[in-house]
Amino acid sequence: MIVEIGHFALVLSLSVALVQSVLPMLGARRGDQRLMETGTIAASGGFVLIAIAFSALMASYVTSDFSVLNVFENSNSRQPLLYKFTSTWGNHEGSMLLWVLILAFFGALVALFGRDLPATLKANVLSVQAWILAAFLLFILLTSNPFQRLDPAPMEGQDLNPILQDVGLAIHPPMLYLGYVGFSIAFSFAIAALIDGRIDAAWARWVRPWTLIAWIFLTLGIAMGSYWAYYELGWGGWWFWDPVENASFMPWLAGTALLHSALVMEKRAALKIWTILLAILTFSLSLLGTFLVRSGVLTSVHAFATDPARGVFILAILCLFIGGALVLFALRASALEGGGLFAPISREGALVFNNLFLTTAAATVLVGTLYPLLLEVVAGEKISVGAPFFDLTFGPVMVPLLFAVPFGPLLGWKRGDLLGAAQRLYFAAGCALAALVGILAYTGGTKILTAFGFALAFWLLFGSLTDLFSRAAFLKKGWRTGLARFVGLPRSAFGTALAHFGLGVTLLGIVSVSSFQEEVITTMAPGSSVEIAGYSLTFDRIAQRPGANFDAQAVHFSVRRDGVVMTEIDSSKRFFPVRQMTTTESGIWTHGFSQLYVSLGDPSADKQSIVVRIWWKPLVTLIWIGAVFMAVGGAFSLADRRLRVGAPERSRRKASLAEA
Amino acid sequence: MTRKAKRLYSIGAMLVVVGAAAGLVLTALSSSVAYFQSPTDLVKNVPGPTQRIRLGGLVEEGTVKRDGSSHVTFSVTDTVDSVPVTYTGILPDLFREGQGVIAEGTLGPDRVFVADTVLAKHDETYMPKEVVDDLKARGLWEDGKGLVKKPEETVSAAPVGAGS
Repeated sequence: MIVEIGHFALVLSLSVALVQSVLPMLGARRGDQRLMETGTIAASGGFVLIAIAFSALMASYVTSDFSVLNVFENSNSRQPLLYKFTSTWGNHEGSMLLWVLILAFFGALVALFGRDLPATLKANVLSVQAWILAAFLLFILLTSNPFQRLDPAPMEGQDLNPILQDVGLAIHPPMLYLGYVGFSIAFSFAIAALIDGRIDAAWARWVRPWTLIAWIFLTLGIAMGSYWAYYELGWGGWWFWDPVENASFMPWLAGTALLHSALVMEKRAALKIWTILLAILTFSLSLLGTFLVRSGVLTSVHAFATDPARGVFILAILCLFIGGALVLFALRASALEGGGLFAPISREGALVFNNLFLTTAAATVLVGTLYPLLLEVVAGEKISVGAPFFDLTFGPVMVPLLFAVPFGPLLGWKRGDLLGAAQRLYFAAGCALAALVGILAYTGGTKILTAFGFALAFWLLFGSLTDLFSRAAFLKKGWRTGLARFVGLPRSAFGTALAHFGLGVTLLGIVSVSSFQEEVITTMAPGSSVEIAGYSLTFDRIAQRPGANFDAQAVHFSVRRDGVVMTEIDSSKRFFPVRQMTTTESGIWTHGFSQLYVSLGDPSADKQSIVVRIWWKPLVTLIWIGAVFMAVGGAFSLADRRLRVGAPERSRRKASLAEA
Repeated sequence: MTRKAKRLYSIGAMLVVVGAAAGLVLTALSSSVAYFQSPTDLVKNVPGPTQRIRLGGLVEEGTVKRDGSSHVTFSVTDTVDSVPVTYTGILPDLFREGQGVIAEGTLGPDRVFVADTVLAKHDETYMPKEVVDDLKARGLWEDGKGLVKKPEETVSAAPVGAGS
């Protein structure tokens, strides 16, 4: 019964979405207030309906109702409760349902919190939002119905893919989708502005918080996925340039560019057309990501679907929305007026520089991701584009951008003083130089690239904080006044500094791991020891540990330094009998920011010894901690008063006075 | 600077950056991508020693040998030809005899494939897409059914003296 209610609610939400895609826009055309108002009701009602559908599916998972095909295929009654919940989105159908749930959620947010929006803009935005929603609801109902029944109902389900039975994976998809799908708001605003033929600074002030929210979640989602791959796959790598990873990384790059260009538009009313285009591109890349992951054109753990109908359907949605948006852009962009002028060396100039490099970087990733697919379709040749390609393309594009980051916030609007900015960065430059010399001395001059990598990371770390400290003027005004000034700085200044600082933290982690990690692969038997990075690992014992729906073979290691036991590490392999699959649970010891990582291989023929792979990963956790800094920076920016959602006119003016 | 000159400069700068990136992409595409080959392809056309290859096929039954440490040798077959592979490291969880596998690396001068990466992905029904396409082309694979003939059966069914 619950299942039928869910199915019905989903069908109903499609009709609501269809109404929402027409009426509010019609109202905006005719200036009919009542028609425009329908958008608000439809958006919130649609969200409630989809939430009911989603809860119904989740309820069937939690109660292990195997009369539902989807539940039977992806769940098992012996799974721990947490994974019964998360099984809901651990499969193609459920994950698409989560996708539209979040899309409807954002639509409802605009409907409810957008009271201060100009009525026509809001009506248009909600209609555009409903087009996307209707397309994906149709996709779910026609090709990926999660509520399909199975008769007779089997006694037991086929279990969730064991590799997905992990806390990290429980949170990763919702986070990622909040990011991916959140960019739809920026897209809808862009389309609405094009339809209206009107765009101003208020538009940017509206779009930026939504983009920021999406960006924060996407940042965390990507970091989460990366850390999951790192500990769960047992290969010790944190980024594989897998097409599925790229699918989430491209919208991130474009979204980061959008955040920065919207800033120019908001403050200086310039770059209007470009910002609109970026908003369209960012969400297009999200759609492309959905297509790549959901259509099954790639074979990977993420591709649950191998049904060609699905691929064609999503491809059609993709072409319709991207193509339609770009055509609209081509027709209407010239109607938008150009904005303020600025010198090349200025804050605006720096942000343009940022946009140029970020979009170029996104383009290289796009080429690396799509080229193998195109080549296969056109020439039938199969190639694989991996890390070597991206090291050669993405890397060099990012270096100038990273170098320029500390300058940006120090340059004034309209016309900046590059020399003045450089002078304020002397401390950061000194730190970078010290890192360069230090690493060269430490490695005996052999690792020049590493030394430059460390220097760049330190340049970023200290350079991003320079703006805060020079604005607080600790040195000129004494620490007491300085502290008062520091606290009084706008939160967006902290946001910028923290996010850029996070970039430096991540870079430091990446450079450190890629140059100084140590690795040992060896066969070990109980009692044997191995040395790595000054630690000695002893293979104590091997034990069988049954879990709820798996059997684990765990190896217990003790870690010693100079004879003193530092810690103990458990590394195991889990065997899931339902799916006949084995997963690796790597044993990780975090020491400071570094990690000792142990993963198990196959036992020898006589079962007496086992292949063990051990890594010493110096500062590896910084890679993800940096992402957290970026997200926190985003949150600070979001809390800035001028961006507070629905900031009324008066406080906005006050904020701009305070800035001046 | 006039508005027009500024626009020219900025377009020029953009072209430089985008051009440089395009150059990088083209270089990288010609030098650092790996081509997928089946054992038959590899036996027919011997690639250069530096050409990265993704060798895909089935792990031939009875060929997996571990020499007591982390060094493994096995053969990859597409039921017509097979290529010996050596690999040092931990094999993926789903690496099994008779299952699909992709080995990435280079072909050594002794015609032994030296793999630095071995992929046998996360699902027990998973077969690398390239391998499936290749087997399909030989009529050994059907959608929805999987492998229709076991590799060793095909080999034993081959007429004696057919050159294999």
